[in-house]
Amino acid sequence: MAVTDMGRGVADAPPKVALLNNPKARSWLFQILLGVAVAYLVYSGWVNMNANLQAAGVASGFGFLGKNAGFSVAQSLIDYDQGTSSYGRVYVVGVLNTLIIAVVGIIFATIMGFLLGIARLSNNWIVSRLATSYVEFARNVPLLLQIFIWYFGVLRLLPQPRESLDFGPLGLLNIRGYFAPKPVWGEGGAFVLYALIIGIAIAFGVSRWAYRRQMATGQRFPSLWVGLGAIVGLPLIVFLGLGAPLTWDMPVLGGFRPSGGMTVIPEFIALLVALSTYTAAFIAEIVRAGILGVSKGQSEAAHALGLRQGQNLRLVVIPQALRIIIPPLTSQYLNLTKNSSLAVAIAYPELTSVFAGTALNQTGQAVEIISITMLTYLTFSLLTSAFMNWYNARVALVER
Amino acid sequence: MTKTVLTGVLGAAVLALGASTASAATLDDVKAKGFVQCGVSQGLPGFSNPDADGEWSGMDVDLCRGIAAAIFGDTTAVKFTPLSAKERFTALQSGEVDVLSRNTTWTMSRDTQLGLNFAGVNYYDGQGFMIRTDMNINSALELSGASICTNTGTTTELNVADYFRANNMEYELVAFEKADEVVAAYDAGRCDVYTTDQSGLYAQRLKLTDPGAHKVLPEIISKEPLGPVVRQGDDQWFNIVKWVHNATLNAEELGVTMANVEEMKESENPSIRRLLGTEGEFGADIGLDNDWAAKAIAAIGNYGEIFDRNVGPDTELAIGRGVNALWSQGGLQYAPPIR
Repeated sequence: MAVTDMGRGVADAPPKVALLNNPKARSWLFQILLGVAVAYLVYSGWVNMNANLQAAGVASGFGFLGKNAGFSVAQSLIDYDQGTSSYGRVYVVGVLNTLIIAVVGIIFATIMGFLLGIARLSNNWIVSRLATSYVEFARNVPLLLQIFIWYFGVLRLLPQPRESLDFGPLGLLNIRGYFAPKPVWGEGGAFVLYALIIGIAIAFGVSRWAYRRQMATGQRFPSLWVGLGAIVGLPLIVFLGLGAPLTWDMPVLGGFRPSGGMTVIPEFIALLVALSTYTAAFIAEIVRAGILGVSKGQSEAAHALGLRQGQNLRLVVIPQALRIIIPPLTSQYLNLTKNSSLAVAIAYPELTSVFAGTALNQTGQAVEIISITMLTYLTFSLLTSAFMNWYNARVALVER
Repeated sequence: MTKTVLTGVLGAAVLALGASTASAATLDDVKAKGFVQCGVSQGLPGFSNPDADGEWSGMDVDLCRGIAAAIFGDTTAVKFTPLSAKERFTALQSGEVDVLSRNTTWTMSRDTQLGLNFAGVNYYDGQGFMIRTDMNINSALELSGASICTNTGTTTELNVADYFRANNMEYELVAFEKADEVVAAYDAGRCDVYTTDQSGLYAQRLKLTDPGAHKVLPEIISKEPLGPVVRQGDDQWFNIVKWVHNATLNAEELGVTMANVEEMKESENPSIRRLLGTEGEFGADIGLDNDWAAKAIAAIGNYGEIFDRNVGPDTELAIGRGVNALWSQGGLQYAPPIR
């Protein structure tokens, strides 16, 4: 056997060439050389940086993350104590402040963007022209300028704390921010939350069951209303049954600024409004393009089948438009997240301002802090696009 | 072909990396380019502030002009880089500026961890608070619950945290990157209180819409020795900056002024003769001409003249000498002798 194998091998072998002239070996060789060169560049850059930092007497390493920060941060979603919290904690506070502005901004921008995009396609002349002029204005004025307009222009017109605008049960608004009533749950408050979770589960189950039944029998079921009833009704019954265990901690005018309640700082409001109105203009264009991208024949066919305009939009046009909308929408979400770093200009304490700004200045460890910050933004972006890619794959056309 | 290109790229990269490590003496660099690159603030009246024509003036600016005069005999051989509090140390570390003369507080961590050296104290300051007169507040201890505006990346940010913690008071911090934004925010009523070094409070008050409606509270909550900073590891340059400052102090003590520096060269007093280079070889030891101090004093005057011209009682800031008087007059300003 070995003999025959060997014999065949010799017979089938291509003409012998020098290893250096073998195209496969050559391409491997160059790949390896390039790999080594890149690795060497990175390595020598690293060594060089360390040597230079050491020569300059600059402290290095990540030990500072455990050190006491000793400065205060205006807005923090977790417990932050200016006396005892570490730089690591400052980082977490910054990340959370960035995330909250990004998440809330994305929600607002998406809702506004969809409404504007549809408004631009409206048959009503005034509505479509208004939407067009809004979009053209918002996306052609630099974002930083818009942030300044909102912060230094609009929000500065709010009254001083002593002359706060009083919205009664909705709280107070003044130049120091929006002071909202804070819910304080009494005994049994957790049961309302459980009821809400059960309600959501019921709604989900009902909609799946209704979908299967419609697939099997063609009969429709008002699952939307039943689901809504479960989500709103169930917790409401539990809430009233327990005797409404909820009180509101109302903000009251105090010496310097209102005390009690929850504070939304004006920097947050300005940044949120600027980011979401700016990004909404881009989303509006993406939505308009998506809807126009669905050929007119689809709507005509839907109408011919007897679908009403609402059903046509919901069942035929939007699912197809989403395929066009999702990929560019993802980059708008990424942009919004990254643009939140412009908050540096107006003192909103997000990652760039509080960690790559204040913490960097107090520790002087630029290389470490800037690397951590860059990696953090990279992670946010990769996670967002991974999620959107997953969602895109779900709504993509299933070829049959 | 591919191989040669690759080798070329590699070679170039190695060369580039190698070259970036080398750093020549700052004085040689400065002499070669013909001017001193000086890091200053983005506009703080009395310390470093540009006028309508873009001409810089102030105590910190004068120090840089003095250094330029000592090296080149020319006060215009200096270029200014306005830096925010946040940018200043990186700009100095990276060599973007030769000396940082930007009302910067000398602290131990800055001296030891950043690879920098403080070359002296040209203004002894302390942190204070400014508030609207109609708030009827007379002490910093009544500030619990206040919103406080300040600059990010400063010692003031840390001092205010310490002070409020020590006195068990609450506050909301609003920290901006640029001093002008802090002033605008305070002026618009975003904050109750503006805190920075007291000299800075007096200077920034001039920028408010109604300076008379604001007052500086009496408490000083910190020590803020402000002075010029240089990179660690270049002792010659460190010495030049340090001794130009010391020369202005010694000049005041010895009665040498901008006006009389030429005739003082003929003085019989050996201290004055050593200062002005008519005796001894002190200039050579720091790589300069022997009349380095005479040139600096002829250009910017002695410390007292610098102080009076920029922040003194006859200026808008109207700050008294206080602790910044010479040691012989009960102040803290003291320079080692030239001998």
